[in-house]
Amino acid sequence: MADAISFTLNGAVTACTGSPMARLSDVLRHQLGKTGTKTGCDAGDCGACSVLIDGDIACACLVPVAQAEGTHVVTIEGLPQHSTMGERLQRAFLARGAAQCGICTPGMLMAAAALLAREKAPTRDMIADALGGVLCRCTGYAKIIAAVADAASGTIAAFEEPGAGHAVGAAIARLDGQPKVDGTEAFGADAIPRDALWIRAIRSPFHRAGFVLGNSTAFLASNPQIVRILTAADIPGRNLFGAIPAFADQPVFATGETRFKGEAVAAVVGPRAIIEALDISGFPVTWQELPPLLTPQQAVAADAHQLHANRPGNILVRGRVARGDVEAALASAAITVEGQFETGFVEHAYIEPEAGWARRVGERIEITVSTQSPYLDRDDTAAILGLAPEAVRIIPSACGGGFGSKLDLSVQPFVAVAAWVTGRPCAMVFSRPESIQSTTKRHPASMRSRMAATREGDLVAMDFEGDFNTGAYSSWGPTVANRVPVHASGPYAVPHYRAQSRAILTNCVSAGAFRGFGVPQTVIAQEQMLDMLAEKIGFDALEFRIRNALTDDTPTVTGQVMGDGVGIRECLVALRFDWLRARKDARNFNLGSGRLRRGVGVAGMFYGCGNTSLPNPSTIRFGLKPDGRLSLHQGAVDIGQGSNTVIAQIAADAVGLPLALIDLVSADTDLSPDCGKSSASRQTFVTGKAAERAGLALRRAMLRLANAGPDAAIEIAHGRLLVQEPAIIRAVQLDRQPLDHHGYVLCTEETFDPPTSPLDANGQGSPYAVYGFGAHLAEVEVDMTLGTVKVLQIVAAHDVGRAINPNLIEGQIEGGVAQGIGMALMEEFTPGRGENLHDYLIPTIGDIPPIRSILVERPSSVGPFGAKGVGEQVLIPTAPAILNAIYNASGARITRTPATPDRVRAAIRALEAT
Amino acid sequence: MRKGPNVYLRPRSMEEALDAMANGDATAFCGGTDVFPAHVGRSLARPVVDISAVAGLRGVEFDGATYRIGGTTTWSDVLAAPLPLAFDGLKAAAREVGSIQIQNRGTIAGNLCNASPAADGVPPLLTLDADVELRSLRGTRVMPLAAFITGYRKTVLAPDEILSAVLVRVQPPRARSSFVKLGARRYLVISIVMAAAVVERGHDGRISKAAVAVGAASAVGQRLSQLERDLIGLTPDAAPSSIITSRHIEALTPIDDVRATAVYRLEAAIAVAGAALDLAAGEPSRG
Repeated sequence: MADAISFTLNGAVTACTGSPMARLSDVLRHQLGKTGTKTGCDAGDCGACSVLIDGDIACACLVPVAQAEGTHVVTIEGLPQHSTMGERLQRAFLARGAAQCGICTPGMLMAAAALLAREKAPTRDMIADALGGVLCRCTGYAKIIAAVADAASGTIAAFEEPGAGHAVGAAIARLDGQPKVDGTEAFGADAIPRDALWIRAIRSPFHRAGFVLGNSTAFLASNPQIVRILTAADIPGRNLFGAIPAFADQPVFATGETRFKGEAVAAVVGPRAIIEALDISGFPVTWQELPPLLTPQQAVAADAHQLHANRPGNILVRGRVARGDVEAALASAAITVEGQFETGFVEHAYIEPEAGWARRVGERIEITVSTQSPYLDRDDTAAILGLAPEAVRIIPSACGGGFGSKLDLSVQPFVAVAAWVTGRPCAMVFSRPESIQSTTKRHPASMRSRMAATREGDLVAMDFEGDFNTGAYSSWGPTVANRVPVHASGPYAVPHYRAQSRAILTNCVSAGAFRGFGVPQTVIAQEQMLDMLAEKIGFDALEFRIRNALTDDTPTVTGQVMGDGVGIRECLVALRFDWLRARKDARNFNLGSGRLRRGVGVAGMFYGCGNTSLPNPSTIRFGLKPDGRLSLHQGAVDIGQGSNTVIAQIAADAVGLPLALIDLVSADTDLSPDCGKSSASRQTFVTGKAAERAGLALRRAMLRLANAGPDAAIEIAHGRLLVQEPAIIRAVQLDRQPLDHHGYVLCTEETFDPPTSPLDANGQGSPYAVYGFGAHLAEVEVDMTLGTVKVLQIVAAHDVGRAINPNLIEGQIEGGVAQGIGMALMEEFTPGRGENLHDYLIPTIGDIPPIRSILVERPSSVGPFGAKGVGEQVLIPTAPAILNAIYNASGARITRTPATPDRVRAAIRALEAT
Repeated sequence: MRKGPNVYLRPRSMEEALDAMANGDATAFCGGTDVFPAHVGRSLARPVVDISAVAGLRGVEFDGATYRIGGTTTWSDVLAAPLPLAFDGLKAAAREVGSIQIQNRGTIAGNLCNASPAADGVPPLLTLDADVELRSLRGTRVMPLAAFITGYRKTVLAPDEILSAVLVRVQPPRARSSFVKLGARRYLVISIVMAAAVVERGHDGRISKAAVAVGAASAVGQRLSQLERDLIGLTPDAAPSSIITSRHIEALTPIDDVRATAVYRLEAAIAVAGAALDLAAGEPSRG
C-alpha cells in the first residue's frame, strides 16, 4: 500500500512506506536507520528489539509498523532525551560493567527505562520482573540488576583514570563500552550498505538426504528480481572449509548428499525486500530423504554408512592420555566407584545471530563480519575463493556473543562468493532458526568412568572413556577429543590414569567449540564421581578434594609439573567457610518435613590456557605517534569478554605510561597483526603476554631515543617525550622525529607463543604453559514432588594468577555461572526440534541466584604480570556443583543433563521405589 | 476487499472489520505475539484484518451481571482493571504470559483463538465458566469456552468470525481464585503444566463450590469435574490438595515433548492442581 505510515520517533515526526505488516524492528533498522534496536529472534523470545511505544515496552519484532501509526516510539537512540532516567541508566550500565558484548544492552536499557518511569525505588524482584523479557547470554544479569538499582538511587560509581603504572589491577569500566550503551555499536548486521544484495540459503529439510537441483529457469522467471543463484559450481576456489585446516571437510554448498538438517545446497541473491519475502518452497530442488545416523552408537555400528570416505568407522579422531597401571590399581584399590553420564547438545544462543557482508575491491575482497577469529576466517575464505590469504580482508564488526561458535565460518563463504561473482556488496543475516540449525553446538558426551581411592582418602586411579557426538563435520571436534583426556582427571593428582575419547561423526549439526571444549562435560562425570568416592570412604567432599588437589610440585596426568601458579588448593580452601555454613543451613532447613529439600555441592576444575600442544602465537604492534599518543594494534577480538580493555591495561603498565594515552586499533586483518582466536581462555594470557613484551620493548625504544638508562622515568606531555633520570631530564619533540612506514615515531612488534611440548603416544608431555583453576559451591532447593531445582546461591573461587581487571573478571564469572546453570538445568538441543528461543531455553534474569566471586591470585611466571585465562574456567565447575547439591538435597544422582524437572523427578521416583 | 498477498486492512469499526472478514480468507490480527513468531523467515500468506484499532473492542466492562473482556484487550489491560477476587487467577496468569513486552501487546482473545494446549488463559477462564462471543456479518453467537476450543490448535471459529469478547458472569463474592504455572525457567516460558482454581466456601467454612482446570496436559485445557465434586463440603482444616488422587486426572492425555515426558506431566498435574486449589482455598491475596 502506498499510504505512508506516520508516527513520532524519538520526538520527530516520521513517515515510512512499504508493507504495513512489516515488523517495526525491520522498519526501524532498514528504513529509518535506527540500528540501535537489535533483532535476535523475530519471535518475542529475546527482547533485544524492545522499544517504548507510548511509554509501554514492546518487542518491535512483534509490532506491524501500521500499529505504530500515531504513536510515540522511543528507541535507544532517543533514550537520553525521551525518558526520565535513560541517561543515568546508560552511565550506570557502563560503570557497573552491565554491558559485555552489548547486543542485549539496548533492549535491557529500554525495559529498565520503562520500569524507572513508573517506579522510583524498585526492589530486586521488581527489576527482575521488568527485565525478565530480555535475554542476556554474557553477564549472568547480576551487574544489570545492580546498574538499574544504581540508576534509580543515583549512586553511580565514577572511576578515576588509573595513573601510569596503575592500570593492571584496576577495576576500570571497559574502554569500548560507550557505544554499547548508546546504541551506536555496529554489530554484524548493523552497518550493511543500503545497496547490498541479500542472500538466503536453501537448506536441507532432512538429517540426511540426496538431492537434485532442478532447472532454475521457471523459478527465476517467477522471481525476476533475483540476481543470482549460487551453488557448488559457483565456488571459485575449493568448496571445502574447516576450522582446523588439516581436518577441513565441510562444503560451502553440499554436493550429492546433505549430511545434516540445515546444510546449504544453494543460495539465492537479490534485493533485501525480495529475498526476505521470498517463498523458497518454490526453489527447484528435489530431496530424497535417506536414513540418518543420529547417535554415536548408530554411527559406530558395523553396518553404518560412512559419512566421509576418509573417516573409517565414522571416527573423526581419538584422544588418549595414560599413566601408571590403571587396571592393577583399580583391581587392588580399597574403594572404587563407577558411573555413566550423558550430556546433550548445547546451543551457544548468543543474542546476535551470525551476520556480515562483503564487497569486492578489485582483486581483493573485504568481509565485515561478527567473528572470534579474523585470521582463521581470512585464510579459510581465501581458499574458498581461490585467492591468496592477503587478498582477503576481514573487518571484525562488534561481536554480539560468540562463546566458541563464531570461531567457525558461517556467513563468510556466502557473502564472499556472492560479492565476488556479482561484483556488488552482498550481505547475509541468519534467522534464529537458521543459526540454531546450521552452526556448531557443544558436543553431547557419553561417558563411562571408574575411580579408586585408598581408605585414607587418597585418589589412586581413574579410567575414563568418552564418546563425543561431533556431528557431520570436523569443526573443532579434534580439539575437544584432545582436550578431554588431558582434563578428565580434574585438578587432582591421579597416579594411575587412563582416559580415552572418540569424536564420532553423525548426521547431526556439527559440534565444535563451546566455552570449555569438552571439559564442562567431563567434570559432570568426574566431579560427581569424586563425591561418590568421598561418600563411600566417609570423607567430607570438600576436604577430599583439598587433600587430592594438585600442587606446584605434583605431576598432572600428562606428567607435567607446573612449578608455580597452581592455585586449586587455595580455591577449594576459600570455599570452606561457606561450605560449613551452607551445609548447616541445609541440615536445619531439612529438619522440616516439607517437600522442599536443600543441599550443597562443590566442584573443582582446571583448564589449560591456549591450544593443546600446538603453536598459537599472538603478535602485538605498539606504536608511538607523533602527537604523543600510543597506538595499540589489539588483534584479540573483544567478543564481550573484555580484551580491548585488559590488553590495553597490560600494555599501559608495561610501557609505563597512562592508559588514557592509548588508542585502540581494531582486529581488522589489514591493520593489526594476528592475535589468534578469541578462544581457549588464551587472550589475556597469550595476547596479554605479547602486549607486555611490546610495551616493554616500546619503553626500551623510548629510552634509546632519549639516550637514557633503563631506570629512567618516562612521561609524555604536550607532544614531547620526557625522560627523567636523577640528574637530568631529556625532552624529545615527537612531531619532529622521522616516521616509519606505519606512521609511527617508534614502533615495536612482539610475539608470544606459549611454551608447550608435544604429547607422546600416551599423552605425556606439557600441553599447556599455564592452567587456570577454580571451584564452585552451589546451594540448591529441590522440590521433591515436582523435581524442580532452584539454585539459591553460587560461590565461585578462581585462581586468575593476577586479576588484571577485577570488575571484568567478576563479569566473566557471573556470565559463566549463568551458562553453567543453563547447562545443568535447562539447556538441550535436539536436532530437528525447537529451533527457536522458546523451546531452547537459556536462563532468564529470574533464574540466576546471587553469585559471590572470590579471586585467588597465585601468579604464573609465564603469564603477563602473572595472569592466567579465565573465560572458560568460570563455566566449568557450575554444573557439577549443582548436580552434587541436588544429590545432597534429594539423594538422587543425576547422570543425564540437563537436570530438567522430569529427569530429577524420575530419579527421585526411582529412589522412592527402592 | 483487495485481493492478493500482503493485503492489510485496519478497520476502525466492528462493521468494517466484519465486512473485511466476510470473504473468509483473512486472518484477524491484533497483538501479533503468535502470528509473527509463526512466520520467522517467511511472510504471511493470507490477508490480514488488523482489529487493533476497532473502536470499543478494548477493555473490561461490567454491566452488573457480566464482565465483558473485549476482543482486543491485552493481558496488561486485564492486570490494570479493577476486578473482584475471583479474577485473581486470571490476573496471575496474565503476569506469567511471556514477558511484559508480550503482555502489553498480546490479547486474551488471541490466546484463545490460537488454541495452544499451553495457552495460559484457558485454565483460568475455564474455571470462571467463561463464554466467548463470536461475531460475523451473519450474526453473533455466544458459547462456553469449553465448547469453543475443540482440539490441538482447533476452534469452532468460522473463517469470517471475530472473537469479539470473553464474557464472565458475576462471581459469588466469596469466590477466590488462583493460577499456578510450572515451567523450566522463571520468565518467558511455555508451561510444562499449569492449573487454575476457583474456590468458594460457605458460611460454615466448608467448600461450597470448586472449579479447577489443568492446561498443557492434554490437547485442550481440562476441568477436573470429579475432583470438583469431591471437594464439596471439605472443611477448612483440610487442604484440598490432600484429597487429589490419580483418578481425578484421568481426563488428561499429556504427550512427551521437549519440555517434559507425559508421565511427568501427569504427576505434576496433581501437584500443580493441588497447589492452585490450596491457594484459592486459603487466605485470599490481592496481587
